[in-house]
Amino acid sequence: MTVMPSLRIICPNGHLGFAPIRVESFRIGVEARPDVIAADSGSDDVGPTPLGTDTSTSPRAWQVHDLEHMLLASRKLGVPMIIGSAGDTGANSRVDLYVGIIKDLAAKHRLPPFKLGYFYSEIGNEELRRRMRAGETVAGLEGYDDLTEAELEATERIVAMAGVHPFIELLEARADVIIGGRSSDSCVFAAPAIHRGFPEDLSYYLGKVLECASFCAEPYGGKETVLGEITANDVLVTAMHPDQRCTVASVAGHAMYERSNPYFEHVAGGTLDMSHCRYEQVDARSTRITGPKFERAPEFRVKLEGAGRIGERYVGMVGIRDPYTIAHVDQVIGWARDKVRERFGPEETGYQLHYTVYGRDGVMGEREPMRDRPAHELCILVQGVAPTADMAEELCMIGTRQMFYARLPDVKGSAGSVAFALDEVLRASPSYRWTVNHTLRCDDPLELFPTHLTTAGGSDGR
Amino acid sequence: MKTRKLSQLAKTIRSKNAGVNLITFDIIFADRSTYEQVKRSRVLTRETVSKLYRVTPDRIADFVEFDPANAIKFTIYRSRPSGSPGDPDIFGAQQYAPLLDIEVPVAEGD
Repeated sequence: MTVMPSLRIICPNGHLGFAPIRVESFRIGVEARPDVIAADSGSDDVGPTPLGTDTSTSPRAWQVHDLEHMLLASRKLGVPMIIGSAGDTGANSRVDLYVGIIKDLAAKHRLPPFKLGYFYSEIGNEELRRRMRAGETVAGLEGYDDLTEAELEATERIVAMAGVHPFIELLEARADVIIGGRSSDSCVFAAPAIHRGFPEDLSYYLGKVLECASFCAEPYGGKETVLGEITANDVLVTAMHPDQRCTVASVAGHAMYERSNPYFEHVAGGTLDMSHCRYEQVDARSTRITGPKFERAPEFRVKLEGAGRIGERYVGMVGIRDPYTIAHVDQVIGWARDKVRERFGPEETGYQLHYTVYGRDGVMGEREPMRDRPAHELCILVQGVAPTADMAEELCMIGTRQMFYARLPDVKGSAGSVAFALDEVLRASPSYRWTVNHTLRCDDPLELFPTHLTTAGGSDGR
Repeated sequence: MKTRKLSQLAKTIRSKNAGVNLITFDIIFADRSTYEQVKRSRVLTRETVSKLYRVTPDRIADFVEFDPANAIKFTIYRSRPSGSPGDPDIFGAQQYAPLLDIEVPVAEGD
């Protein structure tokens, strides 16, 4: 393919679906006639429960809102639309959900037929077990031990994090719209640039700077559109909102957002090294970047994310105002814990009971430097987790109500140790944990990411 | 020596997840001279932040002085992965508060 002088991509949202895009700056971005419209829709910030329960964290209406704006603009301009990590988790059901939404929107707007490409990212427990038994090490990240079969057994669902490869495969098949399973944020944008022949060094950087949309601009304001342009020599990023600017400080600052080290970004197949990036303000709203490097990894390893179910969950809440009781709150909690233990045995036997003491160390726990100076009133959140809903409800109820009966030797008030705003416990979402935060070696960058192509729009409707 | 609070000197002080088992902290300054001054003061080092956050130094996954953004950045391991039962801050977004009141020595007249 002949190399174009430049490729321009707009990104309207750093986490599509989580909060709706701001349409005004998106309209300005579309008027700039970009070559690609792309956004990432995933995050592991939402915790393990959506992946475990196979749900999204936001209403379908918000997902439809963003997809509709992007689809109509992309079809009007005749340029590709690319979405990564569909529906927060990038699980197969989320890809199917987005593919269905695109088909519905095509029918609703009577769009002429177009090619709709998509790929899946889940890897089955059975398949991963087979690879482990064949000798593959599933290596732990960020302090996780290597994966054991027992931890795999405890895991409900696993997604693999795609690199640029399945996106490029679908671009080569001339897909007009691509819905990706779980994928690295930056690869959603790097893929079309690499596909059009731009250097990997700059393409991965383009992805890195665009992935969170207006988070690379100032003043702070999320969900606004930014435009990135790549040439053979540099990347230029421009804020589309009239009041936002991409400055050297805001662009360089974004390199550190949400990652442990601001110089390195790991994706499937290699690492983006930003240590020698140079930033230059070219006009009030644009910054030029040169000097990033992409190092291909000697071994192709893919990141895996998996969630395992712990149990059903109920929550309760109490308040405390008596200063003597506040000073002895740990004894109050200890009393209630004892009563739970008398009913259900020790915690190790298969339930969890958590107390979060707001007003003392609720937000920071053991890291709180001021935990010896509690406030004049406390709120305590009680969480009970157990294999069944009935048990979770009862243990949370004991753990909450028994605080009322806690016996402190010198307390003046003898009619109840805590205040109830609600004398009940409430059912919460089931509790999950991140069981898999690992990497797996692959022979072929596409082997975990099967691609598919279908048609949307046209006379056959959806 | 005169001191000023870090919250008076920095433009941004924030915390956020960096993956499921890490929380990263960014302290960003509006200009190079303030950044250099805080760097020189050594109030923010692996040792001082491990003490402030009551973690052993091996729980500090990264500590970087990031010149291109006039920023000091460090990352700590969580005591349990984000969203585990009992985790009170799934996004890691409210862990920066103890940094605000760090006293930074400044030259007289600053």
